[in-house]
Amino acid sequence: MDFFHSLILVLDSTVRLSIPLLLAALAGLYSERSGVFDIGLEGKMLAGAFAAGAAAAVTGSAWAGLGAAMLISVFLALVHGFASITNRGNQIVSGVAINFIAAGSTIILGQAWFRQGGRTPSLPGDARFGAIELPFAEAVRDVPILGEIYSELISGHSLLTYAAFLLVPFTWWVLFRTRFGLRLRAVGENPAAVDTAGVSVSWLRYRAVICTGILTGMAGTYLSLAQNAGFVKDMTAGRGFIALAALIFAKWKPVPVMFACLLFGFLDAFAIRIQGTPLPLVGQVPVQFMQALPYILTVVLLAGFIGKAVPPRAGGVPYVKER
Amino acid sequence: MAETAIELKGISKSFGAVHANRNIDLKIEAGTIHGIIGENGAGKSTLMSILYGFYQADRGRIDVSGKKAAINTPSDAIALGIGMVHQHFMLVQNFSVLENVILGAEGEALLNTSIARARSELERLERDYGLEVDPDAIIEDLPVGLQQRVEILKALYRGADILILDEPTGVLTPAEADHLFRILEQLKEEGKTIILITHKLREIMAITDNVSVMRQGTMVATRKTAETSVEELAELMVGRRVLLQVEKGEASPGEVLLSVRNLTVKDSRGVTMVDNVSLDVRAGEIVGIAGVAGNGQSQLLDAITGVRKAISGTVTLDGEPVDLTGAADPADLRARGMAHVPEDRHHVGLVLPFEENENAMLGYHRQAKYLNGPFLNIEAIRADAREKIEKYDIRPPDCRLKTANFSGGNQQKIVLAREMEQDPKVLIVGQPTRGVDVGAIEFIHKRLIDMRDQGKAVLLVSVELDEIRSLSDRILVMFAGRVVGERGPEASEGELGLLMAGVEEKEAAE
Repeated sequence: MDFFHSLILVLDSTVRLSIPLLLAALAGLYSERSGVFDIGLEGKMLAGAFAAGAAAAVTGSAWAGLGAAMLISVFLALVHGFASITNRGNQIVSGVAINFIAAGSTIILGQAWFRQGGRTPSLPGDARFGAIELPFAEAVRDVPILGEIYSELISGHSLLTYAAFLLVPFTWWVLFRTRFGLRLRAVGENPAAVDTAGVSVSWLRYRAVICTGILTGMAGTYLSLAQNAGFVKDMTAGRGFIALAALIFAKWKPVPVMFACLLFGFLDAFAIRIQGTPLPLVGQVPVQFMQALPYILTVVLLAGFIGKAVPPRAGGVPYVKER
Repeated sequence: MAETAIELKGISKSFGAVHANRNIDLKIEAGTIHGIIGENGAGKSTLMSILYGFYQADRGRIDVSGKKAAINTPSDAIALGIGMVHQHFMLVQNFSVLENVILGAEGEALLNTSIARARSELERLERDYGLEVDPDAIIEDLPVGLQQRVEILKALYRGADILILDEPTGVLTPAEADHLFRILEQLKEEGKTIILITHKLREIMAITDNVSVMRQGTMVATRKTAETSVEELAELMVGRRVLLQVEKGEASPGEVLLSVRNLTVKDSRGVTMVDNVSLDVRAGEIVGIAGVAGNGQSQLLDAITGVRKAISGTVTLDGEPVDLTGAADPADLRARGMAHVPEDRHHVGLVLPFEENENAMLGYHRQAKYLNGPFLNIEAIRADAREKIEKYDIRPPDCRLKTANFSGGNQQKIVLAREMEQDPKVLIVGQPTRGVDVGAIEFIHKRLIDMRDQGKAVLLVSVELDEIRSLSDRILVMFAGRVVGERGPEASEGELGLLMAGVEEKEAAE
């Protein structure tokens, strides 16, 4: 029973830690499926987290925070789009630039506005997306196993968590069951086919990066308004890159993306749980090793176990008409 | 008097300093097949891309069915009933046939109903025009002939009355091309107007009603096909008289320079592509290998030239054995006097982003004359390239130009110059004139005959039966990986055709 309780706790924190990854990876999925590689997920998430923290601190409303985060992330996504779609620039360079801008400007603006060393003020409960108790969570708490699963694992997360999980089937549906999705997938594979079919390549790709902006905004909001009570500098801590790894790992497909993010979240939760306690046989595991595990896993698994991850064929290549 | 489907008036288009189209007038009658012929780079594709709204003309006007039309995007052209089958297919490789057909013409925002509607409409089109394709097949699993059919279905699904086909037979086998022509005839019967862009004179004569000739961005002439001849069209295209028949004297074969015995080669999937093939090529003769594409010719060439390992068999080059199953590598074979003009100049023969002078010696770059100690001798390389440009009439005569910017014919001349100027004993040539214009074909054929007359052993593989027949001193026919027959150059097209189709030796002889 004690082991079961520990397991539930680890799984519960797995969910919490997976959500920013999941939102960011789904964000990347829209952009990359349209043929625009986005290494700037990290930066957009960070800027979103800051905007959410700042707006929530000023207005006292979590929803205002979410709106501000989406706004700023969409803005940065459009900058990336302008550089890589309209001006046909190098998508990696543009993405890296956005990461630097976000890392630097959030600290500068944070210090200038709130004077707390780059943080935003600590937020009260109403200005955050708090835990939602699902109906009957308290009532069934004492039912063995199922009760605990329901009340601990399924209930008690923020609105953004439930939204993130709902976005998985929604994204699948958009991608494979709508006209927009068909065109989005096509433009990432062969933009010339879309162009000659009489559909604007640029407009499609812009819509895709806007989706990316909205979702990275949500991911950032989750970090500063749900997981924490305010913005802390560099709080994304490489999650944008792990999300990219998850996206590749999952071969740019929505449902596998969810499982990849849950796996990486689990590794993270497990690392926190065993910190300081020696494992049987191997002894003390350095925390750095556990942090590196998602990346190691991606490389190892992609190298042989799950076959080649074929990115969208036109990914990373600006569309230029022949000649 | 037939109705006019399309009229172009004074169309001009420049890309930077290059005038792709100059003041072009063209009238296309409804319900006809209209051929547009010209050498590579004459501006045919540009003109059609303007008609399809892919490019915008700098000047000029387009009338469709007698009314002035503003075609600024492909969707404008589609709305006017114009469809286009591009030279490089505009298909999404990992989509199904159905998804490709509806892309851009889906109707509603949700796919369920549009897919169902497309499926029944596609079935009707397939029935009406004999264009069978499995609607759920994935494009990358389909052979090119069927992919092209999907492109035609795409245009018909959008309600095209005017169908433009850009070099449609470049990727097809002769049988597939014949099938395509039957489909085009049928579309014409149904009242569709067809514009066929090609540089193959034979296709123009076989299928078109009218033909327009383009040269260097201008429209030089329009004729009724019945009232013109291959010779006249060739002269109009090139701007001078062209010899369509190669002139060559008797061959005087000497000793065997290349001998292949019991060669067996498998492809990357493990399928036997070359099955126990033996052949000899003597000094001073051209041996042609005829066959429909995909019957093992490519793998045979790859194995002989050391690009691909053979499973079993022996090869001797000028009396010396070559270890094909193991260590033979192309550099070693080159050093021993085997030159190779690969079938695919874009992916194998040339590095397109390189300057011309770099490609003109690539593969021979270890030779002392191109080196200066451990470094490349840039001056010597460029001087060598200029010499080849002069001798092979490569245009434009600029050895610093990026290779991708040369036309197909001139790119092929770069490869030929590189290989022939090494003075090899044995020359292996694959598809020497694929995608090459008439003027350059004449030149390339003459050079090959010259090589033969200088006492080289030439092994020629081509899917162009005319080319094989006019150049070869002996013809071997390959079918399903085996050599199924040997004939002299006097063998009739019909006889060779039967062998190529796999009809047994005895039956073919009767």
